[in-house]
Amino acid sequence: MSDILLMLGIFAFTSVVSYALISRVPQRLHTPLMSFTNAISAVTILGALLLFTEEATALAIVLGGTAIVLAAFNLVGGFAITGRMARMFRQ
Amino acid sequence: MDNWQELLVDLVVIAVFIGGIAQFRTPSGARRGNITAALAFAAALALVVYRNTIAQPWLVGATFVVGAVAGWVIAERITMTRIPALIALQNGAGGGASLLVSLVELGRVSAADDALGIGFALAGMLVGGVALAGSVVAAAKLENRISSRPPQLPTYNLLLVLLLALFGGAAALSLTITGLDQPVALAIAALSTLALGAALALRVGGADMPVLISLLNAFSGLAAAFLGVATGNEMLIAAGAMVGSSGTILTLVMARAMNRNVGSILTGAQLAQPASGAPSAGAEGAPVAQENAAAAPAAAGPPDALRQARGALAGATSVIIVPGYGMALAQAQHEVAALARKLSQAGKLVRFAVHPVAGRMPGHMHVLLAEADVDYDDLYEMDAINDDFATTDVAIVVGASDVVNPAAITVADTPISGMPILRVHEADTVIVCNLDSRPGYSGVPNPLYQDPKSILLFGDAKESVASLIGEHAR
Repeated sequence: MSDILLMLGIFAFTSVVSYALISRVPQRLHTPLMSFTNAISAVTILGALLLFTEEATALAIVLGGTAIVLAAFNLVGGFAITGRMARMFRQ
Repeated sequence: MDNWQELLVDLVVIAVFIGGIAQFRTPSGARRGNITAALAFAAALALVVYRNTIAQPWLVGATFVVGAVAGWVIAERITMTRIPALIALQNGAGGGASLLVSLVELGRVSAADDALGIGFALAGMLVGGVALAGSVVAAAKLENRISSRPPQLPTYNLLLVLLLALFGGAAALSLTITGLDQPVALAIAALSTLALGAALALRVGGADMPVLISLLNAFSGLAAAFLGVATGNEMLIAAGAMVGSSGTILTLVMARAMNRNVGSILTGAQLAQPASGAPSAGAEGAPVAQENAAAAPAAAGPPDALRQARGALAGATSVIIVPGYGMALAQAQHEVAALARKLSQAGKLVRFAVHPVAGRMPGHMHVLLAEADVDYDDLYEMDAINDDFATTDVAIVVGASDVVNPAAITVADTPISGMPILRVHEADTVIVCNLDSRPGYSGVPNPLYQDPKSILLFGDAKESVASLIGEHAR
């Protein structure tokens, strides 16, 4: 039970802190912000990796492997495109 | 949670992620923040691999490399005009991964598992599936592969409710049955989330796209966070929550900038049909809506209009350029940037005013102009520059209609009434480089086209803007 409280606490805390921080991101950076957070949402790859830590059926391996391909695409592509856009902005 | 040391390490990684976001204030900060978060991500990956034994390391490594290389190559090679679609697809890929992971997790569920974990896994599956299908549809719309006109079905809401009910039913069934039927029930549940996402996204069209994209962004984060609760992984929860927050903020900012609420956009509350008859009265009682569209400036044929426009620019000391989705469609950003450079080399004050929902995703115009080497500091947000139009000699509208439509202020009961606009009509002269005089997405006729201070250069924005430069090149 304490686990679920801890997890909900982490969810609430990071939501509030990120809300406060992201509210101050200027509009000019909204596209890079979106692709940046997009890349972070690929964190689901951790869940995909954990699927492979226990006995898995063939179907589970296929689905899990596909999940890793998709998440890695999102992860690497997201950080790459964010970096590319951020470099483009000249000051 | 195994022990407090692991938790502590996780919290440090989460703090580094937050530190990455905190740097997103300036372009150089965004660069550093991006690298910071990428490092945090690498640490999170390393921790999971270090703490667990991966049963099929080669398969896992190979699938990772395939996805990573594809993601990298496409991100480095794609042209900037196609970035909205790529971002939508990346978002969809993340949602799809969450969908698949929760599918496998749910397939392993036994009666002994706690209901809470199952509930969150189901929630992750629902949001992930909607994010995947919704993003694919959004990407197709952004690439003009499918029409952005929302289909009109009277039973649309019913359809959404039925799909949701199908998901709930199949999900509940998958928990109660065992054996070979269970994967079938799960598959039906997954397919219903995909259908739901596609149906939702199909209904949102045109200028409402920025809201849809932002919302799907939030969904893919929430899917990861829900999955984190289901699997008891703090880093998943925290990172997912960050993305959920960010997507929520963007969604609200976009909806507010259109003076619409998110619900009405998603439920397809209809934009009024193109109003019969032009808006009646102008702000200062000026006869804005002249019955005869061919009057005054419009009567001056194209060559005359071009001469007038060049003359106005030659005599101007201050110019504000207002880009819209039409600039993206015509890919006129390089011509626009060249025009700005010419004018500022001639000693004029040149600035860009960008409406928050100009384009098809948050920040769309800024990315295009940055690609064309426009200085970051020359890009102004609406509130920072709106009061300056009144003291500006020439405003140049490039492919924008709704976001500069004075009817939003002067005419009541239109779909855009009350929407904050860039007040280009307050400038001494307005040069309009739009394709034609048809209304924007909202269907509300734009009184700017009848305003005597407007100079209308209808046609392809790329050519119109280039023809303006021609004069200054001499």
